[in-house]
Amino acid sequence: MKILVVIEHDNKNIKQPSFSTITAANEIDSNVEAIILGKDLDKTLDSLKKSNGLKKIYAVDSEIFENPIAENLSLTISKFIDGKSFTHILSPSSTFGKNMSPKLSALLDVQQISDITKVINNETFERPIYAGNAIAKVKSNDPTKVITVRSTCFEPVKLDSNVEIEKLSLNVDKNSSINFVKYDQSKSDRPELTSAKIIISGGRGMQNGDNFKLLEGIADKLGAAMGASRAAVDAGFVPNDWQVGQTGKIVAPDLYIAVGISGAIQHIAGIKDSKYIACINKDEEAPIFNFSDYGLVGDLFDVLPKLEENL
Amino acid sequence: MKALVCVKRVIDYNVKIRVKTDKSGVETENVKMSMNPFDEIAVEEAVRMKEKSQVSEIIVLSVGSDKSQETIRSGLAMGGDRGILIKTENDQVEPLNVAKIIKYICDKEKPDLIILGKQAIDDDCNQTGQMLATLLGIPQATFASELKKNEDNTIDVTREVDGGLETIRVGIPCVITTDLRLNEPRYASLPNIMKAKQKKIELIEIDELGIDIKRRLEILEVNEPPERKPGIKVENVESLVDKLKNEAKVL
Repeated sequence: MKILVVIEHDNKNIKQPSFSTITAANEIDSNVEAIILGKDLDKTLDSLKKSNGLKKIYAVDSEIFENPIAENLSLTISKFIDGKSFTHILSPSSTFGKNMSPKLSALLDVQQISDITKVINNETFERPIYAGNAIAKVKSNDPTKVITVRSTCFEPVKLDSNVEIEKLSLNVDKNSSINFVKYDQSKSDRPELTSAKIIISGGRGMQNGDNFKLLEGIADKLGAAMGASRAAVDAGFVPNDWQVGQTGKIVAPDLYIAVGISGAIQHIAGIKDSKYIACINKDEEAPIFNFSDYGLVGDLFDVLPKLEENL
Repeated sequence: MKALVCVKRVIDYNVKIRVKTDKSGVETENVKMSMNPFDEIAVEEAVRMKEKSQVSEIIVLSVGSDKSQETIRSGLAMGGDRGILIKTENDQVEPLNVAKIIKYICDKEKPDLIILGKQAIDDDCNQTGQMLATLLGIPQATFASELKKNEDNTIDVTREVDGGLETIRVGIPCVITTDLRLNEPRYASLPNIMKAKQKKIELIEIDELGIDIKRRLEILEVNEPPERKPGIKVENVESLVDKLKNEAKVL
């Protein structure tokens, strides 16, 4: 067996889900290599080469990979793997991987296995369906398994190695009918939702965007990331990328604090791998209490200032 | 521009699903079925583009059993012009095979714009649009939250990506997959539902296409997710903080 992991990064730092994907790869077999495509990769490679669980890193450094355009990435990777007998190709199940990996799968004429949460053996995996309300155990009969990995289900690898790097020059013409225009990064000094140890989220119960300030003080004290339910995002309280849930971000922090969130199925699907869930809600019948380790029935406008004080 | 919108019949998103006791799948008998919500957004976007005269005709395509005609019909009631159903024995054709089937229709119909949901809420694969664009060799713009058509026959697509919003400019023809915030689909009015009954749905048997739709992924079993242990209710803030600090040790 020979496994290839496609690394996600922003030309400066390796994205955390890449390190979890390497862990998943090693649960299939220890013969794991990685490929990284980007522009001015020296600094990025310095951190990637420390990764445990890799036998070798292939790096493609080119102008055309300044931005992650899926067409250019998938074509280059398929050129690279041609004749190299990789049995598995894994990518993180982030928007990067979701965008690129099915293209690779179509180029190889194999059926991708999306969003695996568990490795059973080299051809059998578990993956959630119906927003995590059922878990399917699937066996792939394709010669090459193209897989995306739900990173919150695998611990990231440790970083104390020194992996060999081979620089490749693969000449692929930039696809001229797709052009990058811009990237608007959401600005925040807080940790990212998908890697935070503690998350505090607000729902429709927050009533408006201003009231999210009540969560800020607590987030500051805890070093927590801030999130929201789909209801709060749809109501325009907070930006889109705060959304936690099946249609937003899937998270798995040590502690998830749900404030004024009723606990719709799709929200629960995004948080149920959290180690501990605490909730604050004035409706004691709210479904969120069934999923919480610690529930506090109360008006969030009374509770939040007290909570901040007590931390 | 001619638009092709692809729709899938799935269990309604409001239904709490039940795993079959023999673990072979999820119960779909006597369960309310609807159009995949992301596909509804795709239909709505095509209809809005037609209202702005950016699109001249909307074809609504589905792959599945006879009953998928109902799903196509709801797309026609929202404003689609005609439908095509590729008839298969069941609704569980895999994304790669669905992409091959849509490609077959694209070769015949030559649409300028193919719009479909970013994922179906049953198998949650998130693959078909990307695979289709690859098979057709045309650009893809996935997870779209805004479309802006330019004078020079390109489209600026804003995409919801991790950490922010990305905008790309794609040439036509292209494949676009929709994310939640692209639009809010309309409810079909009664007159439009009546009118949709007169619109034509072409039925094509899968065998006529010469595409092998044998499954590549075997579903060995489907299980309920592990339940979280029931928790406790705490009396007040002090007790909550105490439990988090001393019992859970997460603070």
